[in-house]
Amino acid sequence: MQFTFTDEQRAFQRAVRDFLAKECPPEHVRAMTTDATGRSPKLWKGLAELGVVGLTVPEEHGGLGGDEMDLVLLLEEAGRAALPEPLLETAAVGVPMLRASGGDLAREWLPRVAAGDAILTVAMSGVTLADAHVADLILTPRGPVLPSDVRLEPRPSIDATRRLFAFDSAGTDDVAFDRGALGAAASLCGIADRVIELGAAYAKERHQFGKPIGSFQAVKHLLADALLGLEFARPVVYRAAWSVATGDEQRSRHVSMAKAYSSDAAMNACRAALQVHGAIGYTHEHDLHLWLNKATALAHAWGTAAWHRECIAL
Amino acid sequence: MDLSFTPAQDAFRSEARAWLNANVPRDPLPSFDTAEGFEAHREWERRLADAGWAVVNWPEEYGGRGAGLIEWLIFEEEYWGSGAPGRVNQNGIFLLGPVLLEFGTPEQKARYLPAIARADEIWCQGWSEPNAGSDLASLTSRAALDGDEWVLNGQKTWCSRGAFAHWMFGIFRTEPGSERHRGLSYILVPLDAPGVTVRPIAQLDGEAGFAEVFLDDVRVPVADTLGERGEGWKIAMSTTGFERGVVLRSPGRFMATAARLRKLYEARAAGLPASLRDEVVRAVTDTEAYRLHTYWTVSHFLAGGEVGAETSLNKIFWSEMDQRMHRTALSVLGEEAELAGPWTDGFLFSLAGPIYAGTNEIQRNIVAERVLGLPRG
Repeated sequence: MQFTFTDEQRAFQRAVRDFLAKECPPEHVRAMTTDATGRSPKLWKGLAELGVVGLTVPEEHGGLGGDEMDLVLLLEEAGRAALPEPLLETAAVGVPMLRASGGDLAREWLPRVAAGDAILTVAMSGVTLADAHVADLILTPRGPVLPSDVRLEPRPSIDATRRLFAFDSAGTDDVAFDRGALGAAASLCGIADRVIELGAAYAKERHQFGKPIGSFQAVKHLLADALLGLEFARPVVYRAAWSVATGDEQRSRHVSMAKAYSSDAAMNACRAALQVHGAIGYTHEHDLHLWLNKATALAHAWGTAAWHRECIAL
Repeated sequence: MDLSFTPAQDAFRSEARAWLNANVPRDPLPSFDTAEGFEAHREWERRLADAGWAVVNWPEEYGGRGAGLIEWLIFEEEYWGSGAPGRVNQNGIFLLGPVLLEFGTPEQKARYLPAIARADEIWCQGWSEPNAGSDLASLTSRAALDGDEWVLNGQKTWCSRGAFAHWMFGIFRTEPGSERHRGLSYILVPLDAPGVTVRPIAQLDGEAGFAEVFLDDVRVPVADTLGERGEGWKIAMSTTGFERGVVLRSPGRFMATAARLRKLYEARAAGLPASLRDEVVRAVTDTEAYRLHTYWTVSHFLAGGEVGAETSLNKIFWSEMDQRMHRTALSVLGEEAELAGPWTDGFLFSLAGPIYAGTNEIQRNIVAERVLGLPRG
């Protein structure tokens, strides 16, 4: 029983956090919401050079050969930065699907993904197809599809940095779905972490009645509860990462717990952060909505908290 | 990261389970807040101690096995899972013991620890006072030095197990004119000393689970001061905060409650509203989340990490989870929840959780101020 990350895993997390702080600040995320594609090839290339995009690609195909325990902290960072790139679809789900299919498909695509030259997305029941307009390959349980071979019908998205498309009868793939739910869970923890930080910072800076509002207990308790939800979701998510990486027989149950706890934690943290900000947080000009909308999107993609709890056998 | 247990840990679990299965009393003991139940629980504790299971993570010389924290968590899972009785000496084992181990002199350790492990001496905590609850640092009970003795005066209250306990560990103002957290000392007080008056207080369940303790010129040796004079607050709140934060309520206890709730629900599921399934799932998964959080915290601690105010998060989580689980159980019981029984006893006890060991409102302040850095009010 050693429930900790390695120093290397923590160091990689810090490197990704520093990189995203520089390359993906809120101004960038905001710019992407109105950008034609909503995607930055430069940022994607940078993530690939850092090894993030190809983290789960085997070494013989030019990746780092990492697993979910390596990836989970990086997806948390993606959530913290509200990263507007299909990293989850590519690294957490698409690459393992390619790995599982093996053969020419894997040999052709995995090196391109690791190099940052190909973007993957995934379609399966339980999740709306995201970012297919910039993807080079759509992976489905029924096999791979080239975006040019299907008519991509856009659908309105609450998260403007996550473009959505209709895609019918893609089929199901339990393992891939678990990987997606785990990836979303990790991102949701990162979002919760960031909005609690934003809420606490604002509570220290904003004065009413001649005091910082963070000195009032009602405000303190709102943020303490948000942190409570996050701190108890994290080990649940990390355990699920271990279970997926090691092929534990309880994998699906552990992932369901992870997605349920992280979805609730992120939604509650966003609500608390919004409440602490008051009216300014409810505006488009404030950055908070960048995380709030992403939390709402990811909390409901890859299975809602209620759906996952229903999956959990007593 | 490796979430599997070692073969040695698995063997330790099997050994504990086998002993408990063979030795746990078949019928529940009477409440330890009655004279009869108190003695029955002490007898059970002696059996545990004789077999070396009373305080597994204490050093062998004081009655333990020198087991690690992970093994201790495993033991707790097995202990509560077996349906074993509550620990009548829990104040000694979980609250005083770790402080003695860290701050006690060799003489104090040898004198007090083995007697705690064997339940020869049962302890109560003398911290709260009628006017010092959440604001504990405003306490006024005092100890004046007279030669090599302290002369204690004042009143302590909400002392759990106080009605039948033999000793009290308390915090007293020893430095005249001192204020707040300064000038307090941690002193051990025999409850049979002249000048001590113990008045039992019945709790919600009608049993004398509390007592208030009046001290009227009570003389105790200065040698029974734990740690440095004037450092009582620091000692009470110090690094042992981690120990207390984790050990006071280990996951095993709640996992056992959730398992009983699941059984209760499954036996009656057919006639119940569908929404109750979700509540039962939450109970089961919340206890699992609490267990994971505990292993996470302990692993972090064992790897040399600092653990501080995060223990407040723990306390909020387990106390509110325990209350939710018992409320769900009462919903499952339906009209039978009006009949007094183990679930209603557990429900009443769960109501105390957010109050004792620092109210959850104080814990939330601690989280907000020390973890999130919000300004003090």
